[in-house]
Amino acid sequence: MRHGKYPFILAFLLPPVGIYAIYMLSPYVQAIYISLTDWSGLSATQTFIGFDNYVEMWNDDQLRTALRNNAILVLVVPILTLLLGLFFASMLNVGGRRRGAAVTGVRGSSIYQVVYFFPLVVSAPIIGIVFSYVFAPENAGGILNRLLGAVGLDSLQQLWLAEQNWLIWIVVIVMTWSFVGFYVVLFSAAMQSIPRDIYEAALLDGSSRFTTFRKVTVPLVWDTVQVGWVYMAIQAMDAFATVHIMLGINGGVEGAGDVLGVMMYREAFSSNDFGYAAAIGVLMLVLTMAVAMLFMRGLRRERVELA
Amino acid sequence: MTSSIERTTPAGSDRRTFLQRVALTGVALGPGGAFLASCATGGGDDDDEAEEAPSGDVSEDNPLGIPEDQPLEIYIFDGGFGDEYATEIHQPIFSERWPNVTIEHHAAVDIAGELQARFVAGDPPDFVNNSGDGQMDPGQLISDGLLYDLSELFDAPSWDDPNVTVRDTLLPGAIEAGTRNGTPYVLNYAFTVFGIWFNQTLLDENGWPVPTTWQEMMDVCADIAAAGIAPWVYQGVTAPRYMNWPLLSMATKLAGPEILVAIDNLEPGAWGHEAIKESAAAILSLRENNYFLPGVEAMEFRDAQGLWARGEAVFCPSGSWLENEEADAIAENPTFQLAMMPDPLLSPDSVMPLETVRATAGEPYVVPADAENPRAAMEYMRAMLSLEGARGFSEAVTSLTSVAGASEGVTIEAPGLASAQAALQAAGDNVINWYYPSWYGDMENPGIDQATGALLRAEITVDEWADRCEAVATEVREDDSIDKQNRES
Repeated sequence: MRHGKYPFILAFLLPPVGIYAIYMLSPYVQAIYISLTDWSGLSATQTFIGFDNYVEMWNDDQLRTALRNNAILVLVVPILTLLLGLFFASMLNVGGRRRGAAVTGVRGSSIYQVVYFFPLVVSAPIIGIVFSYVFAPENAGGILNRLLGAVGLDSLQQLWLAEQNWLIWIVVIVMTWSFVGFYVVLFSAAMQSIPRDIYEAALLDGSSRFTTFRKVTVPLVWDTVQVGWVYMAIQAMDAFATVHIMLGINGGVEGAGDVLGVMMYREAFSSNDFGYAAAIGVLMLVLTMAVAMLFMRGLRRERVELA
Repeated sequence: MTSSIERTTPAGSDRRTFLQRVALTGVALGPGGAFLASCATGGGDDDDEAEEAPSGDVSEDNPLGIPEDQPLEIYIFDGGFGDEYATEIHQPIFSERWPNVTIEHHAAVDIAGELQARFVAGDPPDFVNNSGDGQMDPGQLISDGLLYDLSELFDAPSWDDPNVTVRDTLLPGAIEAGTRNGTPYVLNYAFTVFGIWFNQTLLDENGWPVPTTWQEMMDVCADIAAAGIAPWVYQGVTAPRYMNWPLLSMATKLAGPEILVAIDNLEPGAWGHEAIKESAAAILSLRENNYFLPGVEAMEFRDAQGLWARGEAVFCPSGSWLENEEADAIAENPTFQLAMMPDPLLSPDSVMPLETVRATAGEPYVVPADAENPRAAMEYMRAMLSLEGARGFSEAVTSLTSVAGASEGVTIEAPGLASAQAALQAAGDNVINWYYPSWYGDMENPGIDQATGALLRAEITVDEWADRCEAVATEVREDDSIDKQNRES
């Protein structure tokens, strides 16, 4: 066995490494090269222009808007989703009190568990289209304005999609709505694995529901939260489908709802500037990796061994 | 979405289209070339340059000298016009004369999605109907040298009469719309008339006149508003730039076509012309008097047009594809009649008459420079431009064509298109157009589009609007990476 070890290992390693190199590493390298050219995306030739695309990015006001919006998404969407996800999951699993069981979900939790999962089985384009009609004007079928009118809150009615300042917050709401279900399920699974006797002990010591949540539940599912947080930050960096479908290829009124993903798509396919689009792509790569690393480091906590 | 060169990109372009494009980004930005060395950007196929396109003997029957036995690969955009006009009308005409040329017909909804990679690889089909949401930017194709020069086609004798060249059978402006720096690269086959589309039924029922001057327009709008109907819609948050069409047309009627030449040639101060500001002020007064459909500034364009077609508003700026585009909403109410009117005059002493209309050839067809059989592709275009081919097209898809006289004797049943055809005939030589939206796509959208959107929400004044448009034009003018175009008149 000993003399054939390396060929044997290599035979198994080469195909996956090769596939990884071709489909993962090579595109990165090529994108970085394209970002240094003026390639239109149509021709077989392109001119090398050095860092011109990056200089252009530095002076691009629209890119700043997109960066600001991405920053809002990366900061707000994960926080909102985590808070809501943790809250709902703890309500479903450990929030109720019933005779015979000290730790259980609230009434009807089995139904909620299914309902929360619905947004996840609806594909992103459909969510985008549906929500563009939630926020549309009333005479064009706008659901939100109609609801506000029906309960007498006419003063709160807005032309949501025509108001620059609202656009990114609408995206925040839609993305949070579509993410929460998954994290409820994820956190539920984590909470199921917490031994019941810890809760019983906390109860015997007179711990309130909120204290139990803060001092018992959250620390014990923190690993899962951390994974979810990183994953969600990366998802929020993207936001392409939601913005493109709800607000259009220009990022809505005055481009105020633009994000990097949509901007990259627009430069590539609408402006035929694959070089600049690739430069934006490289920026996204750097930012996404930075965000992932920051979140991983910032969330390191001591591990609690359950066993 | 049919025949216009001024297409709207709908906010929610369908999922398939963009998934395909996302896939293409994946392919193009990082394809599965076999090794790291193989590149998304294609690279050398220099040997192609040396290859001669196949040809046959030039004769009276074969003025373009096409090879009589080589196949011809065709891509037709399967959109508002469908692709049956090609298989049922044009291809039989072509095949009757060239029975040994096999036509490989393809229909595609997303042209770029299917063909962009083939262009990059230097292996495009012979003939492409480059249209729809997936249109590949013609300006970019031209400046990348990817399109075949169509001069020979336009100089060749026409299909029907060997004594008349193809050029002379076309409507004025038809070739110009596809010409860059003096070379024709794009055959624009359908003819689009722009104007203000109105609800004839509502005007008739209420005895409101069709306004011919802006003052009459304001009077009619006051009556309409008093009756509880919205006088105007525009294409909402998606495409406020449609309002530029009456804006620029009215300004041109007031001051003459030179102002359009100045705008297209990116001359400094072009957007600050007094006539344009006066026209912009007139458009803004629609907002100031609350004459727009409530909430229209936040609507998706199809929703806004749909409400117009359902009688919620009277006037809507658009081109002659509107009737096709809103066919479903129009069919809901059998009494609904629509018609097109030329943009009203701002002042009695205008330079151009009321009948002046903006019209242009649209629906682009191209022959790629790397095509295997470009001569047969041009011959196919020549067949399309025959009287029989053009008439058949008009009847089949309810659209005018660039072929002069082809719609004569054709009864157009669609009332809107019939009124557009009548308006075009009444205009005679007073046909105007501007080219900057097709020359500089980013200048029109998002540039001017966003400025006009802000004007229509009354967030900026007319002077600020003119300054913003001027700034957009300056940006294009000073960007050396953009190929500049020029028009003489």
